[in-house]
Amino acid sequence: MSQRVVILIGTRKGAFIVDGDAERRSWALSGPFCETWPINHVVADPLTRTIYAGGGNSWFGPAVWKSTDMGATWSHSSEGLAYEAGLEPIKSVWSLAFRAGRLYAGVEPAGLFCSDDGGQTWRHVAGLQKHPTRPNWQPGGAGLILHSIVLHPDDPRQIWVAMSAVGVFHTADGGETWEPRNQGTRNDYMPEGQRYPEFGQCVHSLVMAPGMSDRLYQQNHCGMYRSDDGGRTWQSIEAGLPSSFGFPAAVHPRDPASLYLVPLNGDTAGRYVPEGKAAVWRTRDGGDHWQALRAGLPQKNAFFGVLRQAMATDPVDPVGIYFGTSSGSLYASADDGDRWTAIVEHLPTIQSVETLVVGA
Amino acid sequence: MPNDQAPLALPDQPAPSPPILVRLPAVLVNLFPGAERRVELSVSTVADLIEALDGRWPGMGDRLCDSTPAIRRHINVFVDGERATLQTRLAPGADVFILTAMSGG
Repeated sequence: MSQRVVILIGTRKGAFIVDGDAERRSWALSGPFCETWPINHVVADPLTRTIYAGGGNSWFGPAVWKSTDMGATWSHSSEGLAYEAGLEPIKSVWSLAFRAGRLYAGVEPAGLFCSDDGGQTWRHVAGLQKHPTRPNWQPGGAGLILHSIVLHPDDPRQIWVAMSAVGVFHTADGGETWEPRNQGTRNDYMPEGQRYPEFGQCVHSLVMAPGMSDRLYQQNHCGMYRSDDGGRTWQSIEAGLPSSFGFPAAVHPRDPASLYLVPLNGDTAGRYVPEGKAAVWRTRDGGDHWQALRAGLPQKNAFFGVLRQAMATDPVDPVGIYFGTSSGSLYASADDGDRWTAIVEHLPTIQSVETLVVGA
Repeated sequence: MPNDQAPLALPDQPAPSPPILVRLPAVLVNLFPGAERRVELSVSTVADLIEALDGRWPGMGDRLCDSTPAIRRHINVFVDGERATLQTRLAPGADVFILTAMSGG
């Protein structure tokens, strides 16, 4: 059986799956799944091909959906996915991550849960909520959401999480204790002289470079950053980009110096691609230099954005890159971003994009 | 011939209470394979009713209640025509509608 790429999409109105062929030229859409619930993140366990979709419904609350047959049938559960009685209830699941049989879920209001039985039952990783800064966490525009979970590839005790308007936090003991890791990232919404606080920065996306667990990249509400010490300190990499604002960040599957961003025109200017012209920006040297990739992307009258989890790469060589827009289009490149094609259009607002490779 | 059979003596039992009739919305039932739109239950409060539904279809309680605990903000439970809370008592034979609220975008 030949290898093919499957794209997993979360939207405001359900999950979708886009099944590719071996050449990544032909794509078939299926969905909507999950009873058209708002789905914030869809991921797959590459070993079992089990697909998990996290979201929340305004009637029925949060849940993680699961399919073991590539989307043909789904079940859902939220058993244990709850804070203590009396606290603000969980509204929605925002992020999912998988490591060695354990599934993690980030939720709104910001918190972390884990499941050791494939999403059937959940346990609160309560240490994050016990951090002394917790009473002062404020929600961002999308709410107090934990939208990025970065798991150390070798050390099961280490986790980084990113929360809008709170920042990056790290644990080295499996979630018992956490420390903020925001030094060097900016908060333009604080008074002069207070713009580099311990926490309160609005991180939008956090990713780890392949093969370099100390190298992290983040797209922030206020700038783009790289860390080479596991997030202890951050350096700005926004010079050469058209703005300091954007949502998603995606890494190359093998090159730790390559990163892909979609800068938008600014947080008070509509949050569109700049000047109505779409571009993915690529660096191949860790953010020192940037190149706009525009071939095949609309270069006039494009008034869409790309949300925080809506860009991903595949592990194929040359690397495939995919991003979904707020206007429901899914763009793909099979050559490291040099040329782009809209492979799906007219979906609901795309919240997340991930990839899965199937076949030998 | 005289009828020498004495009338059957019955123990002093209360008459069985009529069950509560619960109607569930299709959009909820669709989440639980095998679930039914109309359910008859013998329970005395709305909280007991939701617990009984969760017993029949595990997970349904989470869809109707949050961890406050309370009926979810956009779910309405009507008992004999009146909007209810988890604490509302159910008279025998009560008529219960569980409905989704006008919501969404």
